[in-house]
Amino acid sequence: MDTILEVRHLSKSFGKNEVLRDIDFTVSKGDVTSIIGASGSGKSTLLRCINLLETPSSGDVLFHGESVVSGKVNPSAYRSKVGMVFQSFNLFANMSVLENCMIGQVKVLKKSRAEARANAMKYLEQVGMAPYINARPRQISGGQKQRVAIARALAMEPEVLLFDEPTSALDPEMVGEVLSVMRELARGGMTMLVVTHEMAFARDVSTQAVFMKDGVIWERGAPEELFKNPQCPETRDFLSRFMEN
Amino acid sequence: MDRFSALIYDIGRLLEVYWKAYLSDLGNTLLLALVATVIGCLIGLVCGILNTIPYTKRDPFIKRFILKLIRVIVRIYVEVFRGTPMVLQAVFIFYGLPYFSNNQYRFDSLWAAAILIVSINTGAYMAESVRGGIISIDPGQTEGAKAIGMNHYQTMTSIILPQALRNIMPQIGNNFIINVKDTSVMFIIGFTEFFARHRYIVGLNNMYFPSATIEMIGYLAVTLTASFLLRWVEQRMDGADSYELAQADQLTMAAGTYSHPSHGTPFDEQSPEYRERLRQSLKNRNGSTRGDR
Ligand SMILES: Nc1ncnc2c1ncn2[C@@H]1O[C@H](COP(=O)(O)OP(=O)(O)OP(=O)(O)O)[C@@H](O)[C@H]1O
Ligand SMILES: [Mg+2]
Repeated sequence: MDTILEVRHLSKSFGKNEVLRDIDFTVSKGDVTSIIGASGSGKSTLLRCINLLETPSSGDVLFHGESVVSGKVNPSAYRSKVGMVFQSFNLFANMSVLENCMIGQVKVLKKSRAEARANAMKYLEQVGMAPYINARPRQISGGQKQRVAIARALAMEPEVLLFDEPTSALDPEMVGEVLSVMRELARGGMTMLVVTHEMAFARDVSTQAVFMKDGVIWERGAPEELFKNPQCPETRDFLSRFMEN
Repeated sequence: MDRFSALIYDIGRLLEVYWKAYLSDLGNTLLLALVATVIGCLIGLVCGILNTIPYTKRDPFIKRFILKLIRVIVRIYVEVFRGTPMVLQAVFIFYGLPYFSNNQYRFDSLWAAAILIVSINTGAYMAESVRGGIISIDPGQTEGAKAIGMNHYQTMTSIILPQALRNIMPQIGNNFIINVKDTSVMFIIGFTEFFARHRYIVGLNNMYFPSATIEMIGYLAVTLTASFLLRWVEQRMDGADSYELAQADQLTMAAGTYSHPSHGTPFDEQSPEYRERLRQSLKNRNGSTRGDR
């Protein structure tokens, strides 16, 4: 299998506060990796280090075997190949849904507007948002915003897509529409790294599950195993508390 | 009532003789305020942008040094020109230039001097507005842009500045209105504008109150028009309150239509009822920030 991302001994501190410690894992093409763990365990920070929104304090992130931390790789060029979907959507407020999905293609990938538009339409179609191309972000619901955000990321045709709790800011009735889009993507072979509190999604969709606590990976493995048969007491504890709620 | 008709009669008499002078000087005021506001906004924009270029501890020393120096210079500029009366700034700049250059340089054109002074003054206010406008934009916007590979320049020009400019439109309007009124202090360098005309005319005939009434109406006409135009521009920038759903046949339908999980339920976004509810809820949903100058 093609290895796309390797996280090697990654640590991150904010001042004296060590948020990530010696994180190590690999993402291969087509993998769907779920990262689970309690609030504050460093899941977001990990994703943000992977696409360089934060600078790791030590350790390395390799993209196709090449270090992206070393400074030899242009961060912007790298980020255009690693998409990110945020909990808070972060759609561009000054643009329509369609423009949101075109701007990166035009400015970063230097595509023509016609080509960018056709491509954007393809992905908006895929997430069921094609009828809303003229809407502004403030005019659509949370679930719709997140689907547009996914289309915006997809329109860049990234090799990996990072999701940071994509459904946590949504009303319960809108969670389903976003998860079904993500399921669809996984089925299509998209390589995904998903931080989520949706345990059913993590268990059923992912090919690899990672449990984090206090900035450390405690357990990692096939989701069936990790959910049915957790080896660490910490994982067991987290899962049992989670299932109660 | 007597007083009132007398006033109208006097105004009529004044306008009969001086309407051209009033009008052309109102034009001067308007032109000066307009040009100086535009230049001032450009100065403010440049200062605000330079002031918000991010740097980290990992950047080379020289870059950090230059950026810090710029911030200090802009800070001094803003504090000096915001903290002193424009009438004194006019004196300093207009008479200071020949004074400090031993009469080697002087302002040959009153227009150039007036525009320079008002622009610099406006720029000091706008620099702060622009900086505030930029840092008030949700950091998520920058992260969203970075995440699709945009660099700082692209992020600023496509995402942040359009939103910041929209948010500071009320301040731009404020500055223009203040400039319309405050250009009257340019009498100190001998620049004739609307208020100077009033001083000149009442000096000839002592008709203080009728002339002042004309001035009031003149200023109000300009500022009200400006407010109205500004609102219109703001609304244009906000875009329509509602949007048209694109029709399926206009779209290039890709194979395999996405089937919506809430199809047939009240949350089905394709249903006409849902769209109507959405349209209703979308009306009157535009916010704008208003602030002081
Ligand atoms: N910019 C920052 N400066 C200082 N501390 C930070 C910063 N960002 C995150 N932290 C700290 O790092 C820790 C991990 O935060 P992070 O957001 O990665 O957790 P998380 O696992 O994503 O939690 P959640 O499930 O609530 O999103 C927290 O203790 C947080 O306070
Ligand atoms: Mg988080």
